[in-house]
Amino acid sequence: MQMPLPDAAVILRRDEIAAALRLIVPGEGVIVSEPERRAYESDGLTAYRQPPLVVVLPSTLAQVASVMRYCRDEGIKIVPRGAGTSLSGGALPLADGVLLGMAKFNRILDIDYDNRCVVAQPGVTNLGISNAVAGAGFYYAPDPSSQIACTIGGNVAENSGGVHCLKYGLTTNNLLGLEIVLIDGEIVRLGGKHFDAGGYDLMGVLTGSEGLLGVVTEVTVRILPKPATARALLIGFAETEDAGNCVAAVIGAGIIPGGMEMMDRPAIHAAEDFVRVGYPLDVEALLIVELDGPAIEVDHLIDKVEAIARANRATSIRISRDEAERVAFWSGRKAAFPAVGRISPDYYCMDGTIPRARLAEVLARTRELSEQYGLRVANVFHAGDGNLHPLILYDANQPGEIERAEAFGADILRLCVAVGGVLTGEHGVGVEKRDLMGVMFNDADLAHQQRLKCAFDPDGLLNPGKVFPQLHRCAELGRLHVHAGRLPHPDLPRF
Amino acid sequence: MTRFVPADLDELRDAVAAALAAEEPVELVGGGSKRGLGRPLQTPHTLDLSRLAGIRDYAPSELVLTAGAATPLAEIERALDAAGQMLAFEPPAWKMLFGGGGEPTLGGVLACNLAGPRRIKAGAARDHFLGFRGVSGRGEIFKAGGKVVKNVTGYDLCKLMAGSYGTLTALEEVTVKVLPRPEAVATVLVAGVDPPAAVRLMAAALGSPHEVSGAAYLPTGTALALALPIDSGRVALRIEGPAPSVAARRDSLLREHSGAGRAESLAHSESIALWRAIGEVAPLTATAERAVWRISVAPARGAEVAQAIARSLDTTWFLDWGGGQVWAAVPETGDAGAGIIRAAIRGPEGHGIGHGTGHATLVRGSPALRRAVSVFEQQPAPLAALSRRVKEAFDPVHILNPGRMVEGL
Ligand SMILES: Cc1cc2nc3c(=O)[nH]c(=O)nc-3n(C[C@H](O)[C@H](O)[C@H](O)COP(=O)(O)OP(=O)(O)OC[C@H]3O[C@@H](n4cnc5c(N)ncnc54)[C@H](O)[C@@H]3O)c2cc1C
Repeated sequence: MQMPLPDAAVILRRDEIAAALRLIVPGEGVIVSEPERRAYESDGLTAYRQPPLVVVLPSTLAQVASVMRYCRDEGIKIVPRGAGTSLSGGALPLADGVLLGMAKFNRILDIDYDNRCVVAQPGVTNLGISNAVAGAGFYYAPDPSSQIACTIGGNVAENSGGVHCLKYGLTTNNLLGLEIVLIDGEIVRLGGKHFDAGGYDLMGVLTGSEGLLGVVTEVTVRILPKPATARALLIGFAETEDAGNCVAAVIGAGIIPGGMEMMDRPAIHAAEDFVRVGYPLDVEALLIVELDGPAIEVDHLIDKVEAIARANRATSIRISRDEAERVAFWSGRKAAFPAVGRISPDYYCMDGTIPRARLAEVLARTRELSEQYGLRVANVFHAGDGNLHPLILYDANQPGEIERAEAFGADILRLCVAVGGVLTGEHGVGVEKRDLMGVMFNDADLAHQQRLKCAFDPDGLLNPGKVFPQLHRCAELGRLHVHAGRLPHPDLPRF
Repeated sequence: MTRFVPADLDELRDAVAAALAAEEPVELVGGGSKRGLGRPLQTPHTLDLSRLAGIRDYAPSELVLTAGAATPLAEIERALDAAGQMLAFEPPAWKMLFGGGGEPTLGGVLACNLAGPRRIKAGAARDHFLGFRGVSGRGEIFKAGGKVVKNVTGYDLCKLMAGSYGTLTALEEVTVKVLPRPEAVATVLVAGVDPPAAVRLMAAALGSPHEVSGAAYLPTGTALALALPIDSGRVALRIEGPAPSVAARRDSLLREHSGAGRAESLAHSESIALWRAIGEVAPLTATAERAVWRISVAPARGAEVAQAIARSLDTTWFLDWGGGQVWAAVPETGDAGAGIIRAAIRGPEGHGIGHGTGHATLVRGSPALRRAVSVFEQQPAPLAALSRRVKEAFDPVHILNPGRMVEGL
């Protein structure tokens, strides 16, 4: 993966830049020493490492604005960072760039039950929001598996999901307002506690923009009353295809479960070895279907789903009888990543989405690729929304394995696009899938996206090297190509 | 004056390119049903998108539908209905509001980011808009998003298109998320409730685990064409889902709120009629000569804002979205209350614009009025400048619906 060539002149100015930043953020908020910078060298995509030029940890809005203005004036790149759990390298530092850590923005500013929303600083963790309102019976719905660590600002930047997002939506569907700082230090508020701000939906565009458009300094999220009850079914299938058909039949019956997760044989075995909760080991696919809502509704739907599972040749069905059992059903799925981590020195998590009807075919082809590349793969799958997480097992200490794992992963993502899906369902493009963007988008598609970037950040200083395979200058992108020779079009129907 | 009527994507591109080469703007028209929404346009040409229609792909079990952008909403709804599904954001047609002309299209409701009463639970058009293909004001074909329900690849340009009123891109094809239609619907009505109490009641219901999917308030004097039993301050709460669950939640809500006023319930078909009437703004459509405002505020402020307006203006109003959406009809004199309404949104503290307190849209008004007052809320300078740069990224010469949202843009 080629990052933009670092500017040696900027690197030579490290001490001068640190001194200037110290005038904005005094004390320990500016980090220059090599060992301390190294703590920030990667995010959740640990294959890539690069200590930043300097780290700055502002604690006020005014400091963020001043840091950005300084960097803009000096032409210095900025990489925003939350908790650094991105799985796509979105927060990977640059050798000639300032790492802008938002960790000190860690306060909840307002809990408003009448309007069912919470205003939080971006460094508050995802779970921190739910915990703050749990006592009153509320929660924040999007729940990435990393929720104890990842920040709400990072969630906004990645438009993160979780196991409940088929029913409750991704981050973008649960946001009401943002405060952002633009590259020139301007502060802009988008939305608030009300719905659907007039004007262009820039909040919607900021969400999932991977730190390329602005720095998020405040977030207003919706909170929901906790469902009265939740129960889960654990359903085993001898054939993957049956499991896929079961998922389609559940949705076809008009049921949108709170969560619907699938695991394949290697993932089931790894999870069961790790947590020992009694997952069936003689099945090809295991489905967890969780129904949540009023007790009477949950009981009603559990019966329906059970009947659908039987009709689709389920080989085993367990229904949680109490909360402890429901949690046990989930524990294997929730521990799937560490479980796989136990059976392999390293693993690489992919994140494509496919039309669900193509599941069996995609899994079969993935197994073929697995043999071809000589690397094992375990699959966990947000089955309800078609978001596939193949975990490729490799050993970074074996020469060439990491490259093989990446090539294998890229082939899986190409396959996802080929069957009508997309490169990433919730983890973002980052550096990881940057060079695959051309598989999904042509030059005109990418140029339109990059022109939006130019509207926010004309000098390309915010998180460069992420998302877009090629950096075009804004002046070049802005040029109009009017094909005057082709016009006017006498053949056009006009009346 | 040319009327372009492209039949496919290439012809659409050629039409926009022609306008671009001549630097002569076009007005985009899908079905023409919402031409009265936004600032009035005076463009030399019309870009009639009506031939870019028809359902192209619909897989109910994948929960996605792809169609030509100008496919009539009614056609989409028929197809979904046959498969037991729906557009969960309840796109309103607003036919009564705009006097009936023109056929609402899928692309039109997306471009205006409309949503009905279920906004509070299921989101607006923006939340269901998954992907598109179209032609920008640069005369270039491009696409964004995808045809699956979960996707974060690249910027979410669907959000940008939703609510851009055709000022950035002429949409040719769109993909939306669809959802199962609830098996049963019921409504709990609580009558004899004053506005502040109504907002508190709705907050309590929406904060309960009963999954309320509609919460509206009709104050005393605001009539609905439907024969509702009582005409004094009525809160309406909608519950949807499997029949046994709906019955149980209806009974719980009746029990929990019977202290606030006379509580009773409406069955399935009356409920459907009631919520359609609320989505279609039926309580205000009788007053054809009045200006109609749609005001979006924090739900708990709905009554306070509506009452503040009603103190200064002869106002007919009602609340939807648990109080978060105030609908108000006022006389079309002067600025049709724009100043008073916008001051009421900013509140007694007098917050500046862009402080996140809410916004007002002039949904219905004469062309002269819509030219004279800001149809959409004005933006503070940095946000307005950013919005202008975004417009110019897609439409540098301002040929697509120029001035529809903001004068000169
Ligand atoms: C074990 C594990 C499980 C995971 N499970 C899930 C899952 O289930 N679902 C899911 O969607 N993701 C998951 N993730 C991915 C990751 O947790 C999310 O992407 C998360 O939102 C990142 O948050 P963060 O605070 O760590 O952000 P970071 O990793 O620090 O940054 C992510 C991106 O956001 C930008 N950014 C961060 N803060 C800001 C800000 N304030 N303003 C502007 N830009 C900013 C960064 O520049 C970067 O591009 C998982 C990760 C791990 C390690």
